[in-house]
Amino acid sequence: MKKQVSLTKEFVKGIWEINPTFKQLLGFCPTLAVTVSAMNGIAMALATTFVLIFSSLIISLIRKLIPGQVRIATYIVIIATFVTIVDLVMKAKFPELSKSLGPFIPLIVVNCVILGRAEAFASKNNPLRSFLDALGNGLGILLVLTVLGGIREILGSRMIFGAPILPDSFEPWIIMILPAGAFLTLGLLLGFSNTLTERKKRLERESLLNKYRPAKAVTEVKEGGAA
Amino acid sequence: MNLFIIFISAAIVNNFVLAYFLGICPFVGVSNKTSSAVSMGMATTFVMVVTAIVSYLIFAFVLVPFKLEFLQIPSFILVIASLVQFVEMVIKKVSQPLYRALGIFLPLITTNCAILGLALFISMREYNLMESVVFGFGAGVGFTLALTLMAGIREELELADVPKGFQGAPITLIVAGILAMAFMGFAGII
Repeated sequence: MKKQVSLTKEFVKGIWEINPTFKQLLGFCPTLAVTVSAMNGIAMALATTFVLIFSSLIISLIRKLIPGQVRIATYIVIIATFVTIVDLVMKAKFPELSKSLGPFIPLIVVNCVILGRAEAFASKNNPLRSFLDALGNGLGILLVLTVLGGIREILGSRMIFGAPILPDSFEPWIIMILPAGAFLTLGLLLGFSNTLTERKKRLERESLLNKYRPAKAVTEVKEGGAA
Repeated sequence: MNLFIIFISAAIVNNFVLAYFLGICPFVGVSNKTSSAVSMGMATTFVMVVTAIVSYLIFAFVLVPFKLEFLQIPSFILVIASLVQFVEMVIKKVSQPLYRALGIFLPLITTNCAILGLALFISMREYNLMESVVFGFGAGVGFTLALTLMAGIREELELADVPKGFQGAPITLIVAGILAMAFMGFAGII
């Protein structure tokens, strides 16, 4: 039996370590399109998380019944079912939000994060693990969409969650709420996140090297002292 | 005249990739080389036109008469998936050179959100058959245009000294941002 990762780790990894947007580079379309404001970003992330959790659960529950050849089609039908539920509920309960998200709620069906988790995780793990994995990944999406939406909303319309926070003297950068601003902001965020990862890796490598180096350095000093 | 406006709007002013953010995954993934970008664009355009026709017919003659509009998401996605499979088989049978050129890109198109987006826009905006075809073709041309432009720029970028953390996807997105800004210049023409 192969060694299992702890349940907490299964949950936490999705938030940063394998963050769907920053690390797996999946699901850019909704990320870019709906993040005009922080609120839109959160709504989209919650809708995606809902679909992600339930489709992962169901797929994990019936993973042994699905024949390998038609698994992708099966996943898509399961995902489409939950997306339809979200779409109809949002239309009924939050008509304005649903209007501002436009076709992007139905487009959750082809969000590669969901199919990606189904194929890479839920089809191989038990329901509890799949649930935690989906929840973690969902929180990862929530994090990215909120930050992205927040940045664009503050710079593009001086507001956060609809409340003005920057003084009137600040001229809003209209470009930030236009499509171009979405590409630029995500590109910069992704670049900084990659730079941080590179730096962390380099530091880890150096500290690993240092583990062996001090002993040598100390003996050198001793020898130097003796001489 | 109306058809012409739909075409220009879908291809340039409201470009699927640069204004609606549809089809970003292949846009980032396949835009390394100009030749593969053109092949991908052609394959996508073809599937888009066929999808436009089929999804219009299904929506107008099956879903609406039987009051099944709420089933549009699953039915569209199934139609697209089987259509892509079908197109792949036909091309393989009819033209081997074309199949070799487009082959590997065809399965990728199923998960291209631009295709499903197209089908959803058609039902949302209540286009008729002719308008749907023109809209699908325009969207495909726009997708090809954006993809090819991007591929050309990325071929040049390989020679540029990009900071390590920004190589790959980040610089592609930033370039896309600049392209989107340039495309905003077309906003006045319709």
